[in-house]
Amino acid sequence: MTGAQIIFLMVAAFTLLSAVMVVTTRNLVHAALWLVSTLFGVAVVYALLNANFIAVVQVVVYIGAIAILFIFAVMLTRKDMRDSGPQINKNWWAGALVAMLTFAGLAFLLSGWSGFSKTAAELPAGFDSISLLGESLVSPEAYVLPFEVASVLLLAALVGAVYVAFNPSKK
Amino acid sequence: MSTETLIWLLPLPPALAFFLIVLFTNKSKALSHTIAVGAAFLSWLGAMIVFIRALGVEHLSEHPFESAINWLPTGETFLKIGVLIDPLSATVLFFVAWCVLMIFIYSVGYHNFGQPEGDHDHAGLPPHGATVHGHTVPSVEPMYSRFFAFIGLFAFGMLTLVVSDNVLTMFVGWEIMGLCSYLLIGFWYGKESARNAAIKAFMTTRIGDVFMLLGIAFLYSVTGSLSFKDIFSEEVLHALASVPTGVFGLSAAGLIGLLLFIGTVGKSAQFPLHVWLPDAMEGPTPVSAMIHAATMVSAGVYAVIRMFPIISLDEKTMTVVAFIGAFTALFAATIAVAQNDIKRVLAYSTISQLGFMIAALGIHAYVAATFHLVTHAFFKALLFLGSGSVIHGMEHGVLHTGNHKVDPQDMFNMGGLRHKMPITFWTFLIGGFALSGFPLVTAGFWSKDEILADAWAHHHYAIFFTLAIAAFMTAFYTMRQITLTFFGEPRTEEAKHAHETPWTMTLPLVVLSVFAVGYGWVGMPHWITGGLVPNWFHEFVGSMLHEHAAELEFNIVPLGTSLLVALGGLTAGYFAYRNVQSPAEDKLQIPVLKNKWYVDELYNVVFIKPAVWFSEVFVSKWMDKGFIDGILHLFGPATGGVGSAIRNYFDLPVINHFFGDGSAEVTWWFGRNLRPIQTGRIQQYLVLSLIVLFVVGGLLYFLLMA
Amino acid sequence: MVPLSWYLLLAAALFGIGLFGVLVRRNAIAVLLGIELMLNAVNINLVSFWRYSDVLTSMSGQVFSIIVFAVAAAEVSVGLALVISVYRRRNTVIADELDMLKW
Repeated sequence: MTGAQIIFLMVAAFTLLSAVMVVTTRNLVHAALWLVSTLFGVAVVYALLNANFIAVVQVVVYIGAIAILFIFAVMLTRKDMRDSGPQINKNWWAGALVAMLTFAGLAFLLSGWSGFSKTAAELPAGFDSISLLGESLVSPEAYVLPFEVASVLLLAALVGAVYVAFNPSKK
Repeated sequence: MSTETLIWLLPLPPALAFFLIVLFTNKSKALSHTIAVGAAFLSWLGAMIVFIRALGVEHLSEHPFESAINWLPTGETFLKIGVLIDPLSATVLFFVAWCVLMIFIYSVGYHNFGQPEGDHDHAGLPPHGATVHGHTVPSVEPMYSRFFAFIGLFAFGMLTLVVSDNVLTMFVGWEIMGLCSYLLIGFWYGKESARNAAIKAFMTTRIGDVFMLLGIAFLYSVTGSLSFKDIFSEEVLHALASVPTGVFGLSAAGLIGLLLFIGTVGKSAQFPLHVWLPDAMEGPTPVSAMIHAATMVSAGVYAVIRMFPIISLDEKTMTVVAFIGAFTALFAATIAVAQNDIKRVLAYSTISQLGFMIAALGIHAYVAATFHLVTHAFFKALLFLGSGSVIHGMEHGVLHTGNHKVDPQDMFNMGGLRHKMPITFWTFLIGGFALSGFPLVTAGFWSKDEILADAWAHHHYAIFFTLAIAAFMTAFYTMRQITLTFFGEPRTEEAKHAHETPWTMTLPLVVLSVFAVGYGWVGMPHWITGGLVPNWFHEFVGSMLHEHAAELEFNIVPLGTSLLVALGGLTAGYFAYRNVQSPAEDKLQIPVLKNKWYVDELYNVVFIKPAVWFSEVFVSKWMDKGFIDGILHLFGPATGGVGSAIRNYFDLPVINHFFGDGSAEVTWWFGRNLRPIQTGRIQQYLVLSLIVLFVVGGLLYFLLMA
Repeated sequence: MVPLSWYLLLAAALFGIGLFGVLVRRNAIAVLLGIELMLNAVNINLVSFWRYSDVLTSMSGQVFSIIVFAVAAAEVSVGLALVISVYRRRNTVIADELDMLKW
């Protein structure tokens, strides 16, 4: 077991544990905070994969924006500061079964793929993933269109969200 | 115009008159009778021309005027029809043409042309008089044009029969006259007695016609032809005489002859099919004259005379013929003496005289029978028209007194009419004397005497005595009739007010009386004239026979008998009835004679009632309404039952309940039970969809990978 | 050193946990948390496929994951806006009580 593997295992365990806490904890604010920790773990995984930019973006966007948004929403949707009643469905075992089936299915399908146990190639020296990423994002032969469409999507989402959540009494 | 063409055209004018009157001139009385009388005149003219030309031909029987055309194709050959004028048909044509013309002219006056329309006259009933300035006068017949149309058709039928050269067209004419007799006897269809009489006439003659048709068919099947020339040839006659049939031991000729004779029994009203003729007096008097003197009954005798070569081949048939003739002659005469209606007496007298002719034919007296046929036509037509004139005079009296209960036809209501209606009287007297056989100056004497002479000379003594007695009775009742009608004093007010009829009625009477007197002289036996006047009739008509019979020699017995019965009967009749004033004084009003020997009643019980029962009860009630309608009535309920069974056992339970309601139930059940799946909770939807995804995905994976 | 399979399995496990959260949690916001986990699992997959591909200069994997970021953000914002709006209407955020699609 190499050092990379040990590090990976620790990070993976941390992430998965946090994820389990997200979905099982009673307190919704705690769940949001555990989500933050899960997102951190995922960012570290990105870093292990040499996707530096992605790792940073993950922290900034996901944790910095989305998780905070979650906490805001939690605050705005409760009569008092407490979560009342059970937080888990009556038929949680059906959900558990489906989740396990999903995992098993995915694992099974992927294991049948020839490249399943591939090892990573060495990064070439002076490999600048960020500039390459940037180029492919704006290059007409590459992914400029999806990039622009994504920005339009964000605009639409912005407008939509404002409109939907607009409170007339606050006029 | 050639004679043959003229002969073809003879029946045409009256037929044309019929169609023209029926289609176009029905409304106009004057136009109708002009067309009809004109047509009769044209036919008369043509007939006279033909007759005169025929007289000029030597040995007419060997080369008669004839013309035939191919009509029906029958395999290789044709059935031919055509016209033929040989001595027999020339003779008959002569009297038919004259009688028809006279009757047509008479009808104009009889139906009161020129008189006003009646007060309450109705089509279908005899006219009842019109009131003019307070007087009741005779009114014109409402169906005037129709009458002339019918007698036109009748004349067409008779002329067709006379000029035809084959049995088939002869039968066609025969049947046309049968139809017309129905139409004309039932002319006044508003009277029930007339309607019944018309049906009776048609039915009775039909019975004869059926047998006649059988005879014709048999003749055709044996000989292959219906043309006179073919069937009267030596070979055919010989063949017919020798072929035996199984029936009564008759040869083919005998059977054919018998069957054809039965047709004549019907048409010429011989016993037992005589019952229609007296009832036929329901028709107007010109009809009676037409039917019972000039045409229809003469057609029956003519048919026998024409078919004589075949009928005479078998002695058995001839015996039957003679017997029926003689019997009828006596039978009818006995009834005539007890009749009070002036026309009834003449009706039975016709039956009797026809019996004379038939009997004569039965004893092979060919020429005598033909002679009597011709003279009888003239004097009987004269008598009938005369009686019509008398009735008209009496009706004038009835209209004058207004007493409609008095029967103008009853002789006991008449009397003393010789002063009131002189022309009618003298012509009636001539006719009556001719009928009785008054010596020398009447035609009837010559013809009747010849029959008796023939009977005596050929030793048919039974026939002779029967006919002699019948002749005596004929003279007797004729004189009775004349005495009661014309002599003495008027017995009723109506008779007092009778007066003579117009010229359209008396002119025909005069013309016919000329013939009633003069026609006898063409057939006088040679021994009376000492050979100075040839017996033209005997020569002319006798040439028709293959073995020309010689003239009879003089024999005192038949001559004496003739004179005795004629004069004796006339005298007896006069003296017996000179002072009789009412039926009560009439000794001869014997019930059995008055009621015609109850023959009609017998037929009613034996034939009519069973036939009526059969049709009304058996066929109509049991078969038709009971059986056939019963079957039909089963269909309705059966169909209804089937329908309701299908409805109740199939439609309702299976289709409505099982399929219809059932499918609704199933759908509803499914819906009710599947509905809870839709809970509205998306997490449940998600779980469900993922489960399904895994199931289907797994299936697909393993199925496709395997 | 670390085989690709480890990363893929990690992503699969995260995905499964996220799915469990979506299917099982009563609060609508918690459901959205589960969805976020699933999206992150996808991203891990994408980036690891990029890293272990033969052509490292093809940045499709990363680009794809960038787009996924954008989509996730958009979706979360709209989703939370909806939840807030629903809360205002119905005074509840319990998913089981939002059953107006019920028969």
